[in-house]
Amino acid sequence: MMLEIDDLHVAVDGKEILKGISLSVPAGEVHAVMGPNGSGKSTLSYTLAGREGYEITRGRILYAGEDLTLFSPEERAAKGVFLALQYPVEIPGVTTLTFLKTALNALRRARGLPELDAMRVLKLVREKAAALKIGEDMLKRPLNAGFSGGEKKRMEILQMALFDPKLAVLDETDSGLDIDALKLVAEGVNALRTPERAMLVITHYQRLLTHIVPNRVHVLVQGRIVKSGGPDLALELEATGYERVLEEA
Amino acid sequence: MALRETTERVADLAGEKYKYGFVTDIETERSAKGLNEDVVHFISAKKNEPEWMLEWRLEAFRRWREMTEPVWARVHYPRIDYQNSYYYAAPKSQGERPKSLEEVDPKLLETYQKLGIPLSEQKLLAGVAVDAVFDSVSVATTFKAKLTEAGVIFCPISEAIRDHPDLVRKYLGSVVPVTDNFFATLNSAVFSDGTFVYVPKGVRCPMELSTYFRINASETGQFERTLIIADEGSYVSYLEGCTAPKRDENQLHAAVVELVALERAEIKYSTVQNWYPGDAEGKGGIYNFVTKRGDCRGRGSKISWTQVETGSAITWKYPSCILRGDDTVGEFYSIAITNNFQQADTGTKMIHLGKNTRSRIVSKGISAGKAQNTYRGLVSVHPKAQNARNHTQCDSLLIGAHCGAHTVPYIESRNPTAKLEHEATTSKISDDQLFYCRARGIPQEDAVALIVNGFCRDVLQQLPMEFAVEAQKLVGISLEGSVG
Repeated sequence: MMLEIDDLHVAVDGKEILKGISLSVPAGEVHAVMGPNGSGKSTLSYTLAGREGYEITRGRILYAGEDLTLFSPEERAAKGVFLALQYPVEIPGVTTLTFLKTALNALRRARGLPELDAMRVLKLVREKAAALKIGEDMLKRPLNAGFSGGEKKRMEILQMALFDPKLAVLDETDSGLDIDALKLVAEGVNALRTPERAMLVITHYQRLLTHIVPNRVHVLVQGRIVKSGGPDLALELEATGYERVLEEA
Repeated sequence: MALRETTERVADLAGEKYKYGFVTDIETERSAKGLNEDVVHFISAKKNEPEWMLEWRLEAFRRWREMTEPVWARVHYPRIDYQNSYYYAAPKSQGERPKSLEEVDPKLLETYQKLGIPLSEQKLLAGVAVDAVFDSVSVATTFKAKLTEAGVIFCPISEAIRDHPDLVRKYLGSVVPVTDNFFATLNSAVFSDGTFVYVPKGVRCPMELSTYFRINASETGQFERTLIIADEGSYVSYLEGCTAPKRDENQLHAAVVELVALERAEIKYSTVQNWYPGDAEGKGGIYNFVTKRGDCRGRGSKISWTQVETGSAITWKYPSCILRGDDTVGEFYSIAITNNFQQADTGTKMIHLGKNTRSRIVSKGISAGKAQNTYRGLVSVHPKAQNARNHTQCDSLLIGAHCGAHTVPYIESRNPTAKLEHEATTSKISDDQLFYCRARGIPQEDAVALIVNGFCRDVLQQLPMEFAVEAQKLVGISLEGSVG
């Protein structure tokens, strides 16, 4: 099992947000976590990535059989955990290419691989960028500074493609995208679906899941997974709304 | 290119001296402790100076005795006892054996390793038989042949006083007058080393010139004096780097730098200041009280200051431009980083005297730990300066909750045609930025260095390529331990 979450309780500022989540994602599968605002979706993604301030009060997270909570965010990244953020952060003055090179080489160092020089990084980035319609000018601009919503999300997927994760967590990657941008991003994600890789796609809306069809759908409401099912569950949810599921649960 | 090349060459020379026995002596010859007319006589005699130079020094000394130390800067330090310091120290050519590399504090070695300076250079930087080499004498001889070919004079100022007295008498003290300020006057009395550059008419200096200053002897102040003259239509780029050993005591460094740009000449002056900043508790470190000023004397001339200030316990420094000629341009690009208990009060003065004069100020202050960082600047437009332009960009970055950033811009305009713009920002490295970098595999300290380098980008771009790489590394090292 690539990711095994067992009875996970997480508190932020002393307030319990996740109240006992269990789910397992094997390699080669894409699982969706759907939920309304405030259900704990972002808390789940930040907890998986190891952000400070997200205190695990009970339960455990196993990643490829290892206790993930023992590691810092950078160590998790080196081990192959990738989080695509809902709101990618701007880093003024640091060109996108510089950032990609710094991160890629930090990961390669940690993984015991030789670092790549600027030319080889550029070549690699260009290969991956083309499919996402990311041009040279975007690579020369400071990371995410002045990027449109669609550009920011495409940049997240480019990083996912570059950093070669084993577990990718996509936090509301569809938010703020128009339909064309959504398709482009979804195609990028689908291209990265491999038998070795597990993905957790976190979203509010069903529409992303018509483009990225998941193996399983879990419904997260008020910090608990109230229902799990196949891809049809997403459609059902779209038709009936979260209230109904909550009532049934 | 230049600094690296210079330090490597200097390293070679040191190796040579090591081989030929210089290493057998690190004993230092000093003046008597304290400061009086005898000491001024002593320094002048050591330099074999002509009578006029001695008189100049003595006059400065007499004026200095009547002056009081300035207190307006936002820096705090115990009163300096000027009689409890040495004003001249030079390594003797013979004596006892210096410490070997193995005896050097490994932390110091590690620091220079981190700076990417090869082992051979560590011998220099760690304070083993390097003083003589870091004197500008050696640097000057390194490049002398090639420069002489171009007609460029590049030598220690003491040599220039003997060999080029007309140039020195004409320009020394013409930008920073002897009585300019307390520290400049002190320097005028006791300066010992520094660099003299003269670039003749129409000559584009064929290489970057650089000097690597180092304070080595204990209980000793360093008072270097640099004078650069760019004659009509000439161009020169000059770089300086500075380091000092770790010591518990505070040491005084009071330099004076004067630049003169004649008609259509351009001088680019870059500094990477990395004097010992003191330890994490604020003990030790250099007091860096420096007067730097450039005079755009001729029409259409340009002077550009770029500084990366990462070291020193206290920095008090305002590299300035007097835009005297019409159509002259002054620039000031600055990065000042303070960590732990460091204090920096730095900025610039742009004095617009001529018509159509333009100036640009880009200041990036970064404060971490319990440090205090002040930008202090003056833009002054005189009545005759028609159509003067200034743009000032002043950005502060705070790391952690116990440091301070202060901005003190003065603007005086006495001509209604002046257009002056001032922009200022203050920001913090956000948890979001740090987490984002770390989640992508970049360790915390590397992430801080990356973000700060991005913040400083506009200034780093002004540095010559090789220098910029060193400076970027230095930015990261200066801020180590500032987060988490």
